[in-house]
Amino acid sequence: MPQGILYDSTLCIGCRSCEAACAERWGLPYNETIAAEERISAHKLTAIETHGDRYSRRLCMHCVEPACASVCPVGALQKTALGPVVYDPEKCFGCRYCVQACAFQVPSYEWNQRSPRMRKCDMCYERQSRGEPTACAAACPTGATKCGERNALIEEARKRMDDKPGDYFHKIYGLEEAGGTSVFYLSAVPFEQIGLRTNVPHEALPALTWRALELVPDVVSTGSVLLGGIWWITNRRAEVAKAEGKRK
Amino acid sequence: MIRRFPKLTVWRAIFAGIMLTALYATYRRAMYGLGGVTNLSDRFPWGLWVAFDILCGVGLAAGGFTLVAIVHIFNVERYKPILRPAILTAFLGYLLVVVALLFDLGHPERLWHPLVMWNPHSALFEVAWCVMLYTTVLFLEFVPMVLERFGWQKPLGWIHNISVPLMIAGVLLSTLHQSSLGTLYLIVPEKMYPLWYTPILPVMFYISAIAAGLAMTIFESWHSSRAFGRALELPLLASMGRVLAVLLSVYLWIRFLDLVHRHALALLMRNRMETWLFLLEIALLATPVVLLFQKRVRLNPGALYAAAVMVVFGFIANRLNVGITALEAGSGTHYVPRWSEISITLAIVAAGFAIFRVVAEYFPVFEIQAQPPVFSETGVTEEERIEV
Repeated sequence: MPQGILYDSTLCIGCRSCEAACAERWGLPYNETIAAEERISAHKLTAIETHGDRYSRRLCMHCVEPACASVCPVGALQKTALGPVVYDPEKCFGCRYCVQACAFQVPSYEWNQRSPRMRKCDMCYERQSRGEPTACAAACPTGATKCGERNALIEEARKRMDDKPGDYFHKIYGLEEAGGTSVFYLSAVPFEQIGLRTNVPHEALPALTWRALELVPDVVSTGSVLLGGIWWITNRRAEVAKAEGKRK
Repeated sequence: MIRRFPKLTVWRAIFAGIMLTALYATYRRAMYGLGGVTNLSDRFPWGLWVAFDILCGVGLAAGGFTLVAIVHIFNVERYKPILRPAILTAFLGYLLVVVALLFDLGHPERLWHPLVMWNPHSALFEVAWCVMLYTTVLFLEFVPMVLERFGWQKPLGWIHNISVPLMIAGVLLSTLHQSSLGTLYLIVPEKMYPLWYTPILPVMFYISAIAAGLAMTIFESWHSSRAFGRALELPLLASMGRVLAVLLSVYLWIRFLDLVHRHALALLMRNRMETWLFLLEIALLATPVVLLFQKRVRLNPGALYAAAVMVVFGFIANRLNVGITALEAGSGTHYVPRWSEISITLAIVAAGFAIFRVVAEYFPVFEIQAQPPVFSETGVTEEERIEV
C-alpha cells in the first residue's frame, strides 16, 4: 500500500525536530546557521518556514505521477510502489530537467560540487521498506507530521477538519495538486498564506508532455511514407524528363 | 587575395581574446563546478547554455535538413549550390551543441547514459537520441565533401547507395527533435509566462526552426561570398527569401491565433519586462516578413542579408524568451548569465565561424567553384592559404 505524510500546520510548533532528524538520517551537517535557513537546498532536504505566527514545512511531495521521474532522460528517478520517489545518483548525468520540471520547486542541485548530485527527500524509502516511520514523523513531538498509508491519511485529514471545522481552511493541499501527491497539508489559512504554490495544475503533469510525445510513432511512420513517396514521384519525374529529352 | 580580410588581424585578436577567456572559464568550470561559473540556482536550473547554445544552436542548424529535403526529396535541383554549406553549418552546429552539453551537464563523462538507460516518457530522452542519430546522419552527409577532396571513390559509392533512406531519416529525426525541444517546456505550465506557454509549443518550435535554418543559409551564403570572393547566388537566395516570408507569416499568424484562443493577448497591456521582450521578438520576426514580400528588397543583396539577420535575431530572441524570460517570474527569481557563461557561449559561436571558414576553404563545400578560380589565377599555394 502506498505510504504518505500528513503535515498539519495547525499542530506545528516550529521546533525543527524534523529538520534535525532528517539531517541525521542523511548524514548532513545540522547547526544553528543551517536551522535558520528556511529553504530546502542540497544540504537541507526539509525545512520549516515561518509565516507570521504560523509554520509550514517543505519537503518532496512524492507526486502520484511525478513530473521529475517522467522527464528524467536516464530514468534516474523512479516512483516506487511504496510511494516514495527515489533517485539513483549513479545514473544521473546532471541535466537538471527534474529541477526545472518540478511544480513544487523541490529538487536541489549540488551546484558547487565537482561531482554533483540532485538532492531531495526520499520519504525515508529504506526505513519505510523496513516498516519504520519516516525520520521526520518519528521525531515530531506534536504529531504535526504523521506518516502512514496514503488513503488512511486522507481520511484522517478529513476527520480532523470535520471534528474542528473552525480550526481549518477546508481543503487538503496535495489531494489534487499535480494530479495528487503523497504529502498532504492542513492549514488554518489559505495555503498561499503559508507559502505553498497554489497555481499548480490539478492534473498529472507528465500527461502534458506525453500528449506531444505519443505522436512520435505517427510522425515517423506517416513521415517516412510521405517523404519516400514524394522522393519517388519527383525522382521519377526527373528520370522521365531526362529520357524524353534524350529521345528528342 | 591577401586583402580579402583587411581587418584580419583585428578579428584574430578578438578571436584569441574570446578563446583565452573561455579557456579560463573552462578551467573554473572543471575546478568549481557549475556553481563556480554560472548564475544557475535551484530556482533557475537552466540558463544561457540551454537557452542559447542548445535551443538556438540546434534551431539555427535546421537549414541542413530543410535544404536536404528541398533538393533531394522534393528534387528542386536549382537549390543545390547552397545545399553543402547548409549541411556543413548543420554538422558543425550539432557538434558544437554537444560541446556546449559537455559544459552544461553536471556529469559530462556520462553523456552516453541515455544510450543504455532509457526513459521513453522523457522529451529530453527523445531529443538526446535524435540529436545523436542526426549528428551521425549529418556526418555521413558531410563526409562526401572530404572523400571527394581526396578522390576516394569507393566509400563515396557506399554512401551514395544509402543516401535516400539516410536523407529521409535525417528529415524525420530533425522534425522530431526540433519540435521536442519545445516539448521540453510543456511540463512547466505554472512557471512559464502565458505569452509563451502553449500546448502547441512543439509545432511553433518546428516552424520557427525551419525559418531560422533558411535565414542562416542566406546569412552564410552572403558571408562566404564575401570571404571567398565568389558570386552570390542571388536569384536562389531571393526565392528562398520569399519562402521565408510565407513561412514566417504563417508562423506569426498561428501565434496570433494561439494567443487569442488562450485569451493571452490582454497580457500585452501590462507594462512588464515580458511584454517588451515579447514585442521585441515579434518585431524582429515581423519586420523581415514585410521586407521580404517586396521584390526590390529580395533582389538587393544588402537588404536581403539584413532581413535574414533580423530573422536569425528574432529566432534567438524567441528561444531566449522561452528558455529564460518566460520562466523568471514563475520561478520567483531573476537570472542574468555570469561572464563565464557568456564567455563559453561566445567561444562556441566563434569556433563555429572559424571551423566553417577553414573547412569551406579546404573541401569542396561551394560546388559551383569546387576549385576556386581565385587560387589558380594567383597561384597561391596551400601553405600560403593557411596563412591568409
